[in-house]
Amino acid sequence: MPPTDSTAVTGQPAIRFENVVKKFGDNTVLDDLNFDVRRGERVTLIGPSGSGKTTILRLVMTLEHLTGGYIYVDGEPLTHLEVNGRRVERRPKDIARSTQKIGMVFQQFNLFPNMSVLENITEAPVHVLGRSSEEARTRGLELLDMVGLADKAEEHPTRLSGGQQQRVAIARALAMDPEILLLDEVTSALDPELVGEVLGVLRDIAKSTDITMLIVTHEMQFAQDVSHRVLMFDGGKIVEEASPDVMFTSPTHERTRSFLQAVL
Amino acid sequence: MSDNFDALIAALPDLRSGVFITLQLTVGGVVLAFVIAIVLGLGARSPRWPARVPSRILIEFFRGTSLLVQLFWFFYVMPLFGIKLDALLCGVLALGLNYGAYAAEVVRGAINSVPKGQWEAATALSLSPVRKLRKIIWPQAWAIMIPSLANLAVMLLKGTAVAYIILMHDLTWETDQLRQTTGNTFFAYGVGMIGYFLIAYLMVLGANALERHAKRRLGQGPPKGGLFSVRITDKATAAPMPAANAGGGGAGAGGGVV
Repeated sequence: MPPTDSTAVTGQPAIRFENVVKKFGDNTVLDDLNFDVRRGERVTLIGPSGSGKTTILRLVMTLEHLTGGYIYVDGEPLTHLEVNGRRVERRPKDIARSTQKIGMVFQQFNLFPNMSVLENITEAPVHVLGRSSEEARTRGLELLDMVGLADKAEEHPTRLSGGQQQRVAIARALAMDPEILLLDEVTSALDPELVGEVLGVLRDIAKSTDITMLIVTHEMQFAQDVSHRVLMFDGGKIVEEASPDVMFTSPTHERTRSFLQAVL
Repeated sequence: MSDNFDALIAALPDLRSGVFITLQLTVGGVVLAFVIAIVLGLGARSPRWPARVPSRILIEFFRGTSLLVQLFWFFYVMPLFGIKLDALLCGVLALGLNYGAYAAEVVRGAINSVPKGQWEAATALSLSPVRKLRKIIWPQAWAIMIPSLANLAVMLLKGTAVAYIILMHDLTWETDQLRQTTGNTFFAYGVGMIGYFLIAYLMVLGANALERHAKRRLGQGPPKGGLFSVRITDKATAAPMPAANAGGGGAGAGGGVV
């Protein structure tokens, strides 16, 4: 699907990185990073491992602590804001309000083993969004149907294949009606023959919704199909930024060329 | 030998009340220890120092002082400060605090060994910290901690035998009475040994049932089975759940097969 539906790609940025710095001890993973993701835009981050792609997603989900700079979601500061020229941390309650708009799908699925498939999906809508269990259940079954697992609602997650588990995880994230969806190498832990079913579901979602997506993947064909924009990372910096057509056919930077040559 | 059995039958009512005292100390101690373990175990892994530091101090203090000395303190020293406690209460307090301190470390270790991905997934769904802990983390940590907690509970049962020093007529004390009436040390302490073993064995059976139930909830082990059922792992088509199986370290899990 060519990313031409640019009508959705307007307005203020869904995510803004402003002078973002992330260090793990002495190791600087992200150094003064600046970029925007517009509303409805699907942006894929590519690059060698250790280049900071996953860290970017984890920062947006507040799973990592921001060392410096600011991240804005829908124009609102996420974890830190500037008050009288000083950088201060927001209160957990305020942060939680922002993160409610964000969903994430993990490499390792991370389904809750103490709940059924459907309970995994309805837990947060009921207890975070305050929906009735009826409503959450109906919506949960709809989403399971959408990912092709309507018959697995009462199953135990451990009884599902990896591809099925990941599709449940996608349904679980969507049940919160996120404005932003973060996909962190969602097919990397799957057996090769199960990758297709998961990417198929994600292609459908990309086609049928205007959810903003920030994607880290090693599936270059998928990146090319669904993204509006691709960012090439190396050493915590954006090396190159282009539409997928340009990025995958005629990249300008030597580093991008060598990376793509290695993975394609 | 038949004299011994006559004496045993005569002593049965006393032995029964001795067992009853031992059970009271055990149940009271286990309940208190469990509550303390949860409070201190959660406190000790809190990021906030006002919760963490006192928890650590209490754990180290009650772990590091002898049960016997604690018992003496509650029963013989506290009255010097005008606090006079009932012997049973002293016993329950000393046992609960002492074993609770050990169990707190088990709780802490089990919670820490729930895979990080479970916490992160719960965060990504915006679950509140309490909900996250209670509904996602605890059920998984619980399955990990049961074998170690059961160990401590059995040790606590055996620890109740020191209660005779605060003048309680527990199973040990009654056993000693039997020794005096029969004059047969081997026989009397044999009876005592069997008594403790039977109680301990019942506790182990109970713990195994609890563990099976907890694991079944996590989709591990057989879906349903009796107390003595054989475990058959269903490896049919299910893919491994990397996040769910990665735990089991810290708290010494894995035991508990009948």
